[in-house]
Amino acid sequence: MAKKAPKVTKGREAVLVAGSRTPFLKSNGAYRPFMAHDLGRFAVQGLFERTGLDPALIELVVMGTVVQDPRTSNVAREIALGAQVPQRVPAFTTTLACISANVAATTCVEHIRAGQVDVALCGGTETFSDPPIRLSKNLRQALVKLQKAKGPADYLAILGQLSPKDVIPDIPSASEFSTGLTMGQGCERLARRWGVTREETDEFAARSHVLADRAWKEGLLAEEVAPVQLPPKFDTVDKDNGPRGDTTVEGLAKLKPAFDKKHGIITAGSSSFLTDGASAVLLMAEERASELGYDAKAKIKDYTYGAGDPLEELLMGPAFTIPVLLERNGLSVDDVDVWEIHEAFAAQMVANLRALKDDTFAKERLGMKKAIGEIPLEKLNVWGGSVSVGHPFGATGGRLLTTAAHRLNLSGKKYAVVAGCAAGGQGSAILLENAQL
Amino acid sequence: MTATTAEKDSSQKSAKKSAGAANAIQLEKVGEVLVITFDDPDAKVNTLSEKFSAELKDAFDALLNDHEVKAGVLISGKKDGFIAGADIKMLQACRSAQEVERLSRDMQAELDKLESSKKPVVAAIHGQALGGGLEVALACHYRICTEHKKTVMGLPEVMLGLLPGGGGTQRLPRLVGIQAALDMMLTGKNIRPKKAKKMGLVDEVVLPYGLREVAIEAAQKLAAGTLKHKERELSPQDRALEDNFAGRAIVFRQARAMVEKQTNGLYPAPFAIIDVVEHGMNKGMKKGLEEESRRFGELGMTPESASLMSLFFGQTALKKNRFGKPDVATQTVGVLGAGLMGAGIAMVSTMKGYRVHLKDISYEGLGRGRKQIWDELDRRRKRKAMTAFERDQTMANVVAQLDYAGFNNCDVVIEAVFEDLKLKHRVIEEVEQHIHDDCVFASNTSALPITDIAQASKRPENVVGMHYFSPVHKMPLLEVIVTDKTSKKASALAVDVGLKQGKTVIVVKDGPGFYTTRILAPYMDEAAVIGMEGVEFHRFDQIMKDFGFPVGPIALLDEVGIDVGAHVAKDMAPFFKDRMAAADSDALDAMVKAGFLGRKSKKGFFLYDQGPKKKDAAHQIVSMLKKAVGQGDEGKPINPGALEIFKAHGGKSGGKVDVTEIQHRMAMRMVNEAVMCLEDGILDNPVDGDIGAVFGLGFPPFRGGPFRYVDSIGAGRAVSILEKLADKYGKRFAPTGLLVEHAKSGKKFHPDAK
Repeated sequence: MAKKAPKVTKGREAVLVAGSRTPFLKSNGAYRPFMAHDLGRFAVQGLFERTGLDPALIELVVMGTVVQDPRTSNVAREIALGAQVPQRVPAFTTTLACISANVAATTCVEHIRAGQVDVALCGGTETFSDPPIRLSKNLRQALVKLQKAKGPADYLAILGQLSPKDVIPDIPSASEFSTGLTMGQGCERLARRWGVTREETDEFAARSHVLADRAWKEGLLAEEVAPVQLPPKFDTVDKDNGPRGDTTVEGLAKLKPAFDKKHGIITAGSSSFLTDGASAVLLMAEERASELGYDAKAKIKDYTYGAGDPLEELLMGPAFTIPVLLERNGLSVDDVDVWEIHEAFAAQMVANLRALKDDTFAKERLGMKKAIGEIPLEKLNVWGGSVSVGHPFGATGGRLLTTAAHRLNLSGKKYAVVAGCAAGGQGSAILLENAQL
Repeated sequence: MTATTAEKDSSQKSAKKSAGAANAIQLEKVGEVLVITFDDPDAKVNTLSEKFSAELKDAFDALLNDHEVKAGVLISGKKDGFIAGADIKMLQACRSAQEVERLSRDMQAELDKLESSKKPVVAAIHGQALGGGLEVALACHYRICTEHKKTVMGLPEVMLGLLPGGGGTQRLPRLVGIQAALDMMLTGKNIRPKKAKKMGLVDEVVLPYGLREVAIEAAQKLAAGTLKHKERELSPQDRALEDNFAGRAIVFRQARAMVEKQTNGLYPAPFAIIDVVEHGMNKGMKKGLEEESRRFGELGMTPESASLMSLFFGQTALKKNRFGKPDVATQTVGVLGAGLMGAGIAMVSTMKGYRVHLKDISYEGLGRGRKQIWDELDRRRKRKAMTAFERDQTMANVVAQLDYAGFNNCDVVIEAVFEDLKLKHRVIEEVEQHIHDDCVFASNTSALPITDIAQASKRPENVVGMHYFSPVHKMPLLEVIVTDKTSKKASALAVDVGLKQGKTVIVVKDGPGFYTTRILAPYMDEAAVIGMEGVEFHRFDQIMKDFGFPVGPIALLDEVGIDVGAHVAKDMAPFFKDRMAAADSDALDAMVKAGFLGRKSKKGFFLYDQGPKKKDAAHQIVSMLKKAVGQGDEGKPINPGALEIFKAHGGKSGGKVDVTEIQHRMAMRMVNEAVMCLEDGILDNPVDGDIGAVFGLGFPPFRGGPFRYVDSIGAGRAVSILEKLADKYGKRFAPTGLLVEHAKSGKKFHPDAK
C-alpha cells in the first residue's frame, strides 16, 4: 500500500545553513559528569563558535532526545536557555527514537515553510552515561504509600508487603515495549528473514570503521565537529573515539554473537554502541539566509515518515520510506549521489539494502511496480556511520543531515537522501538538494 | 522587576495629596496604619538629607500623636531602593567634631522616639537599605524585606572612615549578635535577603510584589498582638562568647587583632567601631549611643575620613560618561587573546551581560582562558552568589573561537595580545578586515603608546587604549587612553563599556605609560635602587605596607612579572632620561634570563608554592608560636638565586634602614610624576589622578591619592622633601614645576581640601 504522495508544496524553501556536533564519545567516558542538556548546549555553542551567529536571530528551537532525564523533560528548553538563545524564543523537544533529530529538523522545516519563522535551530542530544534508573514498581508504590502512613504500625504493614527482589532497580533497556524484543533480538530476526550472513555483516561493519577513520584523517569530519572543552579542566575533546581504522573482517569474525549466543550473527563489533553526544543544525528560510549573508549548504526539499509492524519490520525504516520519497519527487536511485543512512546494525543495513532492490517487497509492502534498485556502496555512508562513529540516539539525525549537506557541497552533486529507522517499526527519509550549485 | 503596581498607585495618590510642596516623605492612613513613604521627588534615590530629617520628625510626630493611628509602616516610593544612606554632603559641610557629633545626636533622638513608640512600626525594605537607611529600619519593631537582586542591607560607613552614627553600633549587635554585627560594620559588606533572615536582621522575606500590603497587614497584627518579633536564639557557642563579659572580651580582642592585621593599624574607624560596640555592650545602650555620637564626631574630622570621602565622591563623579551617551548600545564585545588579561576582560564582560567573542590562536589558549573564567564563576556558585545554571549561561556568552566568525557583530574589539608593537600592528590590520566601520578598536596595553599602535589602523579615529589591571575581575580601575585622533564617539563607547563592566573609568591622554604606568615606573625604579642598597625584601615590603600600600613593591614586581617590569622600564627609559635612577636594569634582565619572572614562574624575588607545604609538627609549632608572639608568618621565602644576581650586580646587604626616608623616596617619586602628568595634560584633573593611583596601583586610600596627599601635607612640604632627596640622591627627585608653583602660591589641587 503505497502512501499517496501529496504534491510537494511550492513556496518558501527551508535551507540548511550550518551544522555542527560535539565529538561522539563512547558512554561513560569524558562526558560522564554531564547531563544531556549540557551536551546539547555544547553542540549549540559549538555551532555559534563556528558560525559567529547572533543568537538573537533564532526564532525557534527544536531538539530531539530519547532517554529523558525527568529533571529536564523538555531538554530543548534547557539547552536553549543554557546556550544563551534569548528567553523569548520557544523551544520544545521531539522524541521518535533514533530519528528524533530528524523529526526536530522536519518540524523546523514546516515552521519555515509555513512562514511561522525564518530562523530555526534543531538537532538533538543523548547521554547513556546517566540512565534514569528507576526503583521497582512495588517499591515505588510502597514509597508513595509511606508518605501517607501514620505511625510505626502502618510503616511495618507497608514495608512488609515488599519482597527482597523489589529492591532491584529497574534499569531501562533498548527493547520494544509492545513486543518485549530488544533491538538486537529484533535485528537477528530481520537478518534471518532477509538471509543476511555473518560475513556480509562483518564486511559492512569493517567498512564503516575504515571509512570513518579515513574521513577523520582527511580532515572531513573535523569540519563538522566543533571541539568541546569540558569544565572543570577545560581539556579539549576534538575527536570521535568510536572509529577504529584497524578494524578487519577477520578480527570481527572472532567476536561472539551478542544477542543470540547460539545462532546469532550480530556482535558488539557490528552494532552501533552506546554513545554520548549532541548535534545542532541551523535552518533558515532561503531568502532570510541570503539576506543575512549566509551561503546555504542545502535545501531541504521533502521528507516522509512511515511505520510498520514493530515485530516484523523493526529497523526497516529506510526500506519503506526511501522509495516513497523518491517516487513522490520523481527521482530514481541514480539521481541521488549522496546517501546517509543510519546504521543501527551492520546486519540491518544489509537487510535494508536488500529490501530496497527486492521487487516483491516493493509490490507487496509498498504497492509499487518495482523496487528502486541498488544503492551503490560508493555513495553510501562514505565517511562512516553509526556503527563506527557512534549513535547518541537523539543526536544522530543532526549528524546525518550535516554530513549529507557537507558531502553534497564537496562533491558538487545535486541530491542527497538521509534516512533512518526507529523503534516501534518506524522510519524516515529526507531529501536534500545542494544549494551551492 | 519593579515594586508592586499597587504601591506605585498609592504613592501617586499620596503625592497628589501633598501636591504643591515637593515633600520627600508622604503620609497616608490605611485604616489604623499610617504608611510613611520615602520618595524624594528631587533625587533618584532616597538619602537622609536635611530636608528628609525635618520631614521625618513631622512624620514620627504624626505617628505618635494621631490617636486614630495604631501602627506604622515605613516604605520607599522609589522603584528599587529603600534608603541608600545619609547624605554625605551634610558631613562635609561640618567644620568641627561637635557639628558632626550633633548630626549623629539628632538622628539618634528621632530614632529613639521611633523605637520607644508603643505603636509598632514595620520597615518594608525593597532595594538598598544602607547606612542610615538600615539604621532607620533597625529602630523599627519589625522588618520585612523583598526577595530581590537589588535588595541589600549593610552599614558601609567604615569605607568612608566613619562609623554608623544613627544608633547602628548599638542596635545591630543587640539584634544579630556582636560577632555578626562587627562583621557587617567592619567590612561594610552587603547582606542579601536570605542571609538577612537567617541572621535575624529581618523578620520576613517576601515576594517583591505586594510588599506594601504585606507590611500593612503585619503592622495591624503587631498592633493587635497577634504577631510578634521573634528574638534571635543564641547558639551555645554564641552564648558563651557574647552573653558575658569574659566571652565578649575575647570577641573584641580577636576583632582588634584582625583589624590590626588587615589595616596595619592605619585606619581609625574600625577600631572606633569595636570600641563603641564594646562600650555599649558593657555599659548599656544609653552610654553606648553617647559614645557612638562622640566617636562619630571625631572620625568625621579625621584626614582619613576626608580622603576616603573624596575618593567616594570621585568614584561617584566618574560614573558619569564625560563624553555623553554613546550612539550605539553595545551588546557584543570582541576580545583578542585568551591570556590572563583577555580572559579577565571576557569575564567582566559576560558577567554584565555582554556577548563576547573570545579569539585565541589555539584551543589550549582558549581552554586556559575558559578555565580562568569558569573557576571564578564556580567560586561564586559555591558561595551561592549564582546557581550552576547561571554559571553555565554566563560561560555560554563567551564564544571561544580561533577565527573571526561573528566579529562583524562587535561594537568594540579589545586586544589583549602580547606587548609587542609589531604584533599589535598585525592584529589590528587583521581584525579590521572583519569588523564594521564604526567598531572601536581598543588596545589593552600597559605601556605601548596608543598613537603608535593606531598607525597600523585604517581608522585611527576608532582606536583607543583600554588599560585594565590584573586580576581584571578584582581591580576596580580602567584607564581609557585617547589619542589626538580618537573620536568623541569612540571615546564615549569605550567609557560606556568600561562602566557597564563595573569599572571606575578614568580617561587620560596618550603618552609614554599613560598615567598609571608612568607614575608606577619611577616608583619601581626607586624600589630597585633601594633593593640594591641592601634593604631586606620582606622588610622593604613591610615598610611600604606601613605607609599604606596594600602590597609591598618587591611582591608587586613579582605579581606584575619581572619580565614585564624590565620591558616597560626599558621602553620608557628614553622618555624619562635623567628622571630614571642609575639603577642597574641589567640586574632585572639577569633575573629574566634566569627564569625568575615572578609568581607566574613560581620564582621571582620570592619563591612560590615550592612543592607540598611543610606540614610537619615542628613547622606547625614554630608558626603557631610566631603568631602567638605577634610576629606572624614571615611570608614567602626569598629566592636565593635572586639575591645572588643582585649581589653580582653590585648589590649590598645589611646597612642602616631609615624607614621614613624610604617611604618618602618611594611615595614622592610617584607623587612628583603624578603632578607632572597633570602639568603635561596627560591628566584632565586631580580627581582622575587620585582615583587612578588608589584603585589601579594601591596608593594608600586613607591618603586619598597623590594629589590629596600633597594637599594634606602641603605642597611646600612636598617640595622641601623632594629637594632634600634631590640633594642626597640626585636629579630624579627634582620637584616638578607645577608642584613648586603650588608651594609658592599655597594653592590646593582640590579646592575643598581643608
